[in-house]
Amino acid sequence: MEWLVATAVAAMTSAGIYLTLSARTFTVVIGLTLLTYATNLFLFTTGRLTINQPDIISDPLAPHADPIPQALVLTAIVISFGVTALILAMAVRGYFESDGDHVDLLGPEETVARGRK
Amino acid sequence: MSLALIVLLPFLGAVLPALMIRSGRDACAIATGSINTLALALLLTNVPAVLRGETVRADWPWISRLGLDIQFMVDGLGLLFAGMILAIGLLVVIYARFYLSPRDSMGNFFAYLLLFQGAMTGIVLSNNVLLLLIFWEMTSLASFLLIGFWGHTAAGRQGARMALTVTGCGGLSLIGGMLLIGQIVGSYELTEILGSGDVVRESPYYGWVLVLVLIGCFTKSAQFPFHFWLPHAMAAPTPVSAYLHSATMVKAGIFLLARLWPILSGTDAWFLIVTTTGLVTMLGGAAIALFKDDLKALLAYSTVSHLGLMTMLLGFSTPLAVVACMLHVINHAAFKAALFLNTGIIDHETGTRDISRLGGLWRLMPGTALVATVAAASMAGLPPLGGFLSKEMMLEEAAHTKLFGLAGLLPAVATLAAIFSFAYSLRYVVHTFGGRQRDDYARPPHDPGFGLWLSPALLASLAVLIGLFPETISGPVVRFSSRSVLGAEPPEFHLSLWHGVTPALWMSAIAVGVGCFAILVYGLVDRGWRWLPHPEAKRAFDATVAGLTGASRRLSDGLHNGSLQRYLFVMISTAWLVGAVSFFGHTLDAGTRPTLPVNPVILVGWLLLIGACVLVVVLQHERLLALILVNVIGLIASMFFIYFSAPDLALTQISVEVVTLILMLLALYFLPKQTLLEITRRAQVRNGILAVLVGIGAGGLTWATTTRDFTSLSQYYWDQALPGSGGANVVNVILVDFRGFDTFGEIMVLGISALIIFALLNGMTRGPLAVKLAAWNSGERYSPNRHPLVMVVVTRLMLPLSLMVAAFIFFRGHNLPGGGFIAALVVSIALVMQYMASGFGWAAKQVRFDYHALIGGGALIAGATGISAMVLGLPFLTSGFEHFHLPIVGEFELSSALAFDLGVFLTVIGGVMLALAQLSFLGDSTTREAVNEEPMDYNPAAPMGNRWRKRKG
Repeated sequence: MEWLVATAVAAMTSAGIYLTLSARTFTVVIGLTLLTYATNLFLFTTGRLTINQPDIISDPLAPHADPIPQALVLTAIVISFGVTALILAMAVRGYFESDGDHVDLLGPEETVARGRK
Repeated sequence: MSLALIVLLPFLGAVLPALMIRSGRDACAIATGSINTLALALLLTNVPAVLRGETVRADWPWISRLGLDIQFMVDGLGLLFAGMILAIGLLVVIYARFYLSPRDSMGNFFAYLLLFQGAMTGIVLSNNVLLLLIFWEMTSLASFLLIGFWGHTAAGRQGARMALTVTGCGGLSLIGGMLLIGQIVGSYELTEILGSGDVVRESPYYGWVLVLVLIGCFTKSAQFPFHFWLPHAMAAPTPVSAYLHSATMVKAGIFLLARLWPILSGTDAWFLIVTTTGLVTMLGGAAIALFKDDLKALLAYSTVSHLGLMTMLLGFSTPLAVVACMLHVINHAAFKAALFLNTGIIDHETGTRDISRLGGLWRLMPGTALVATVAAASMAGLPPLGGFLSKEMMLEEAAHTKLFGLAGLLPAVATLAAIFSFAYSLRYVVHTFGGRQRDDYARPPHDPGFGLWLSPALLASLAVLIGLFPETISGPVVRFSSRSVLGAEPPEFHLSLWHGVTPALWMSAIAVGVGCFAILVYGLVDRGWRWLPHPEAKRAFDATVAGLTGASRRLSDGLHNGSLQRYLFVMISTAWLVGAVSFFGHTLDAGTRPTLPVNPVILVGWLLLIGACVLVVVLQHERLLALILVNVIGLIASMFFIYFSAPDLALTQISVEVVTLILMLLALYFLPKQTLLEITRRAQVRNGILAVLVGIGAGGLTWATTTRDFTSLSQYYWDQALPGSGGANVVNVILVDFRGFDTFGEIMVLGISALIIFALLNGMTRGPLAVKLAAWNSGERYSPNRHPLVMVVVTRLMLPLSLMVAAFIFFRGHNLPGGGFIAALVVSIALVMQYMASGFGWAAKQVRFDYHALIGGGALIAGATGISAMVLGLPFLTSGFEHFHLPIVGEFELSSALAFDLGVFLTVIGGVMLALAQLSFLGDSTTREAVNEEPMDYNPAAPMGNRWRKRKG
């Protein structure tokens, strides 16, 4: 099972990085979202994979899932939502400010040439 | 206490002139003078102890682990310099009161002056080298303010910048040197360092220490080749020049050379570097001074020359040379301050400082002329004045010191410098006050009022007194200051005008004779000088600075070229490289943790995930499709969370997924729906390789982690959750209790980012962007039925249900999967559904609370919960809980963590809703239809045939 999770992390990371490196804001946001999934899943696996184990105390001595990575990832999920929303707002504002959604700071001519493709 | 107060008073008092200026210039000056006098009086209370040979100390611990403590001391050297700083400071304050014109901001001036005074006093009284360094830097900053006081002139700004650059760079070097000394000695306490001279001199780092410290001292004291800033600092008001260049700023370097003399001097390197630098500076400064027509420039180069003299004396490394240096420090302060102040008077009265436009002032300003002549005679080294004594001692020392193994070199150069020195002093007097009386002055000059001539006159009389009664006036001071430099009783010496016919007397005689002759034929000498090449230090400095800024601009422009693609590529590949280097630098065995068997359902999910990852890259230009694929991936990730025993995560992930999807759809409305593949094939391949490499790294890391056993901190949380916080859901307990402060910070981030989003998007509804927005046409065709009946009805039904679910999730969160985060997301989704079903206009009207207030209120509740623990005397965010019994409900628990979670809940709702509502509001302002105020387009209550509402626009 571990290799499934590892390859899933690898696939999401690769796709995320590739999209993040692209030239338009929306694609970059999608790439960042994928990277977030990959990162959160990886952080979660630092508590190792456990099946059918509680993270709730019913019997204090029974084996259980590691709660620390879970707590960390939970906050990470919410924070990354906040950041994604912020980047999206910047993308929308930037699109209207510069008449284009290219991520690079372009000269005025390039903006006109490449902006509204 | 009084010791620290001496240093602190000017700093504290710096506020006074800035305030008192409202009560007038006199009040401002009196306030400044009182502070100054008080500090001086406090200093003088230490005189008896210093005369007894004691060192008065005062220590307070500050950052002891770094060796940085507030330690002050007054010994002979410190007393001499601090006395000079405060006494001449007082005279300068009196003078400046009458010198500054009503247009100058006197409050600022005196505030800067006091700051500078405090910093200087701090340097000379510090008993901790780190503290000394702090004050050292402060003098650079305060002198920047003073030199640039007339910031409206280009010369003022350039002079201030140059002084700050040169002395600031020297300060950096000094920091290095001092830290090295501290490392070698093992202490930053000055008294301890001074006792470890041998340790420092024998250390292998001695060479570094010497060079670094000397650069610091030489830049501050304007020694060749760093001398050039000093003449440019003459753009300052004259009282500043008088203060900085006679007794304080430039003397700081001399002070530090003297202070560190016991540990650094006595080696060949010290002798060679310090003596040669001093000698060259002394000669060069004196030579240039002779040919300067600007009186202040003449005095500036003369200052450079005299600083060279003092440096050279310290370089000699003999006790008598130190004695001579101490005497000259006093003499120079007296005559140079007097001369600067006098020049200010001349400038003030005649409107010029140009020697070629001056002359014959003797008859017009006899008082000024007398004071100037006395001070200049002391500078020239004529008997019976103080300057003569120290110059004779210098020449005497030079006469029997060998430099580079040549016996005659030093005396010859020293005599040459003395010739120049005499000549420029003579020129200052003769060309300004002597000669024919001129009548081309702007207004008839005359002696100034009492306030202006008092200070120079006092200083000039000091020069006379030292000359006439050297043992009485200056003897004790020279003795106790020399004693603290030498660390021992100075050798027997007697200060007097007449020592018999010594070599020094002959050298003086030559200087006077040749100097007089040079002034007689000055025109000829001057022509010869102009014929010589003159390297311009300012040009070299400007070129260096321009070169450096140009290079750094090219570097930063080259790296920081505005291309996000490039930044990200560089950052990601760097991160990968760092990981790869450490990975390939170690050997890694395969993990031993037994792996779990593959579950077929998860395998299907995995296949979907991999497929979606590939598809999203291939189909990225179809943005809507890409968005849906991303959500598929997100849902499978939450499936992983469920399967691997993390129900809280799964719940959060699913609800965040929904909210993110809505957000992205809203944003997509404003953005192009397709992306053209426009990066080059080469860039695609390059990015692809990097992406695969990073993916392999991340996957490998995950694999390596999950196949290894580990020890976790979590047992502690597991054991403490129930007894400590009364919650069985350990994840939730960690969030709201153990790591509550983290969560508190996190909701702040979320709230702030929502507010930024609001600011970003709300700003678009005004100004030029509003015009663009109104004209915005997404180019897509949307369903004419904007608010479908079924959706409206279903979402209305769902709302109370969702709210109940949210409440349930919220309250059970402490013991079962759930909690404030998840509950807030569920509520948000329920609310957003209303917006989606009936449109922004209708929904916004129904909302009776402000999302901003929710964010703020939530943060306040969470904060108040934390603070209430502090009220009970417990650390911030300590939680408490109590079990209660209610008749019907039964046993239940109330905990402060629940209140904290309520804060989290409210902030998250506020943040999420503010972002979403703002985006949909934006969409609303683009539609060319009127904002709908009805819940549906179809009105079932209207008579048949008329149920579709009319659409406007």
